[in-house]
Amino acid sequence: MQYKSQAVAKPYFIAAIALFVAQILFGLIMGLQYVWGDFLFPYIPFNVARMVHTNALIVWLLMGFMGATYYLIPEEAETELASPKLALAMFWIFLVAAGLTVVGYLTVPYVRLAAMTGNDLLPTMGREFLEQPLITKLGIVVVALAFLFNVTLTVLKGRKTAINTVLLIGLWGLAVLFLFSFVNPHNVVRDKFYWWWVVHLWVEGVWELILGSILAFVLIKVTGVDREVIEKWLYVIITLTLVTGILGTGHHYYWIGTPEYWQLIGSIFSALEPIPFFAMTLFAFNMVNRRRREHPNKAATLWALGTGVMAFLGAGVWGFLHTLSPVNFYTHGTQITAAHGHMAFYGAYVMVNLTLISYAMPILRGRAANSNKSQVAEMWGFWLMTVSIVFITLFLTAAGILQVWLQRVSENPLPFMVAQEQVSLFYWMREWSGVIFLIGLLVYIWSFFIPGEEKAAA
Amino acid sequence: MSEAFTTSTARNIFYGGTLFFLLVFLALTYQTEQSIPQRDKREMLTDPKVIAGKKIWETNNCIGCHTLLGEGAYFAPELGNVVKRLGSEEAVKAFIKSRPPTGIPGRRSMPQFNFTDQQLDEIAAFLKYVSEINTAKWPPNIQG
Repeated sequence: MQYKSQAVAKPYFIAAIALFVAQILFGLIMGLQYVWGDFLFPYIPFNVARMVHTNALIVWLLMGFMGATYYLIPEEAETELASPKLALAMFWIFLVAAGLTVVGYLTVPYVRLAAMTGNDLLPTMGREFLEQPLITKLGIVVVALAFLFNVTLTVLKGRKTAINTVLLIGLWGLAVLFLFSFVNPHNVVRDKFYWWWVVHLWVEGVWELILGSILAFVLIKVTGVDREVIEKWLYVIITLTLVTGILGTGHHYYWIGTPEYWQLIGSIFSALEPIPFFAMTLFAFNMVNRRRREHPNKAATLWALGTGVMAFLGAGVWGFLHTLSPVNFYTHGTQITAAHGHMAFYGAYVMVNLTLISYAMPILRGRAANSNKSQVAEMWGFWLMTVSIVFITLFLTAAGILQVWLQRVSENPLPFMVAQEQVSLFYWMREWSGVIFLIGLLVYIWSFFIPGEEKAAA
Repeated sequence: MSEAFTTSTARNIFYGGTLFFLLVFLALTYQTEQSIPQRDKREMLTDPKVIAGKKIWETNNCIGCHTLLGEGAYFAPELGNVVKRLGSEEAVKAFIKSRPPTGIPGRRSMPQFNFTDQQLDEIAAFLKYVSEINTAKWPPNIQG
């Protein structure tokens, strides 16, 4: 590694992957509860397992983004991090806070947790993905501020590139929009309206800036293509992202009590949302085809290409599938949404994190790339996880289509629970795909323990 | 991409385009705030039971299994229209009250929350309020 302070990225990556394992284990528990309703009841009810599953995902992706930032900012800015000590301190605070929050979810009834953690002072809990106790949310703000202070200062004293500029805009946007998690009006319509300012404007807005800049960084490194070319692409992609994504928020405003013009605006702009993802796929393949060097880390290149393809499929195609308001009228809040969510998160954010980890981790461990044997194992992990997420998505889509038909379209619409029983075959198949996913993840982790060749880092 | 299209052109289009659509979004937000009083039944919020009910809804993490107006988890039925589906607030309260503490063998079970009668009134009042919101005729039918 070029800069000593890049080393702070390593604990972030390790903790991120540990939380990834927790996320998948709780996903498997939930998948099983879909077909074996009283599994672990009443000790780990579904809602608790789900909080751990989704919150572990969010936290590990954020940890990954932070690690990625600490790794790439010094190289881009061509200077050491402003304060590696602060970065490490924040790592431990973030990890302990996340750990305590999960322990709280698992050991205390949620209503007690709310009472114990000051929810009465400012009620923010109990809204999807923002279930964290008030003190955890405040902790996240502190960690985010210290992190932004650290990386912004680093960029200000060093070289400013398109990559670190776009990354900083993405990270600042992420932090500013998180403040809306403290907004919780009594009015359900307004509550939901501003809730999406965190949820949608994160994953279909500022996170894509982070994704784009991380991908651009790795592509420069593994292909050797001119920075000028890659940075131009980056700007084009993020322009398309925000031009479509900001008003694309409208696709969440169809049925929550907001005016009906959102159906038109949301349909038009979200129909355009696949375009930036398509551009990203073209970008990744184009750069790899024009590569000027054979980087020894083949696995990282595979992850980068995979990110383009899977983000396009999951976020682009599966998103478009149910984004037009006449379609969404029938599919809203069904397994179709779950199908899209799984593939979109994996394809875009899980994979971009694993792309950077794949590229950076060998260097952090003192070698340009892992041994061939290790890379082969890592690629097995890639294919097992990627193929099984495709199957999870397909099975959930099948379950969703049937659910829509049985519960909302057929002549005698069935009650929710009756319809659920009818589609349980697909839930079983999803669960088995999930088991394969876990195996893929274990293979991926195992690849880290296969010894590397003694070759000095580039 | 031709030579005329430089990185700085691309950068300027990014800043300009983003700013423009951000302003449009904020203008539409303002317009939405102006027009939702006709749709969101805010007059029902003068009833402290509805506000208390929302807090019960949140602090028991109901969204972790159910959807409300289609958002949330997909493990248990939609509750935006549950008062209409079960017929009355009384029926909703009776359902919540009757959940067996150890669950129903083999089936998805709702926990027994041991709400007081007052809490049951509040949660029912909250669900009643949500069912009155004008949701552009969603869900497609009473099954949610």
